[in-house]
Amino acid sequence: MAETGTYLYAIAQDVGHPLPEEVAGVTGAPVRAITHEGLAAYVSPVPLEEFGEEPLRRFLEDLDWVGGTARAHDRVVEAVAKEAPTAPVRLVTVYSSEDQVRDLLRRRHDDLAEVLDHVTGCREWGVKAYAKPSEEAPRAEEAPEETDSPGTAYLKRRRASLRGREDAWRLAARRAEDIHTTLASISVACHRHRPQDPRLSGREETMLLNGAYLVAEDRREEFVAAVDALRGEEIEIQLTGPWAPYSFTSVDLGPTRAETLDAP
Amino acid sequence: MADVMRSGGSFPRSSGGRESSANLADILERVLDRGVVIVGDIRVNLLDIELLTIKLRLLIASVDTARELGIDWWEHDPWLSSRDRDLIEENRVLRDRLSAVEGDEEMEGTRRRSLDRGSSGDARELRSTGRFREERDG
Repeated sequence: MAETGTYLYAIAQDVGHPLPEEVAGVTGAPVRAITHEGLAAYVSPVPLEEFGEEPLRRFLEDLDWVGGTARAHDRVVEAVAKEAPTAPVRLVTVYSSEDQVRDLLRRRHDDLAEVLDHVTGCREWGVKAYAKPSEEAPRAEEAPEETDSPGTAYLKRRRASLRGREDAWRLAARRAEDIHTTLASISVACHRHRPQDPRLSGREETMLLNGAYLVAEDRREEFVAAVDALRGEEIEIQLTGPWAPYSFTSVDLGPTRAETLDAP
Repeated sequence: MADVMRSGGSFPRSSGGRESSANLADILERVLDRGVVIVGDIRVNLLDIELLTIKLRLLIASVDTARELGIDWWEHDPWLSSRDRDLIEENRVLRDRLSAVEGDEEMEGTRRRSLDRGSSGDARELRSTGRFREERDG
């Protein structure tokens, strides 16, 4: 019999709803809840021949494996988050036994409860804004005149084009700032993440904003409408969600009770 | 059962409740970089496994930021860049072909040198394609 570990997906308020049976964990095994005083930790058994430290080093180099595991992890987190305030746990957090998870709930009960209180009644939305710099036509006052020599005309066109592009970028950056400010005003909390690399986003355009917004469920429609209203010519906006509050539950839980919470 | 998850490419998309289907980049960004981090007492966590997270963190950060920090080794890392991977593969095929004719060719030394020069030139050009394009647009 192969050795197994306990894979932890998320910690949530215990609302007494069991997960739907079709929600399987990262290896296909069913996910179950370990509960303790109002908290529920969602776990599934994993073979250590795959999820032990050494095998993981190897598997984490395999992007297909990482992708599949990440999606499965997220699927469990989302299923939990639909039912209860949830704090997602980082990918591949594996315990030796369920007892250790129970112990975590006991030792860090107050910290976890506080984090969950903060996200109760809210979902996270992701908003990405991309620059769509247009092919700038030279502005009228810079346009070459018919009397200009070909060289002068070229230089004028070039200068106008450069200036037009600079202006376009400045404008786009300012628009991204406005978008963030507007959406933040509708949110309980917000977080600007680093823009994604084009190879990660799969897009050539420059990402100007990679924001996460914690939005109360009763303001959801208002938020989505605000995003739609902000769409414009120079900027493309992409809305994703609702997500579990990944960006608003970033706490480091050390092994000791004395450790303090990092503010998200 | 684990094989199902490992086979790659055929994972069911997470769609429940989401207004738009999440792409892998968005999921990776969240599950690797955010949420509760538990240290100590556990069998294994990502903090123990730095190699991949470093690579993915760099992918998540903007390229420009990484360059400003003087981090550019990933440009040469075949794991990250399929362009480079293709190049290396192409190089390997050419080398194989070359060594196949080496037996009856007296000139193979010269050819091998010119081949090496040619392929590294290609690599440079590929990497700076973005910049070239930008200048041409201007």
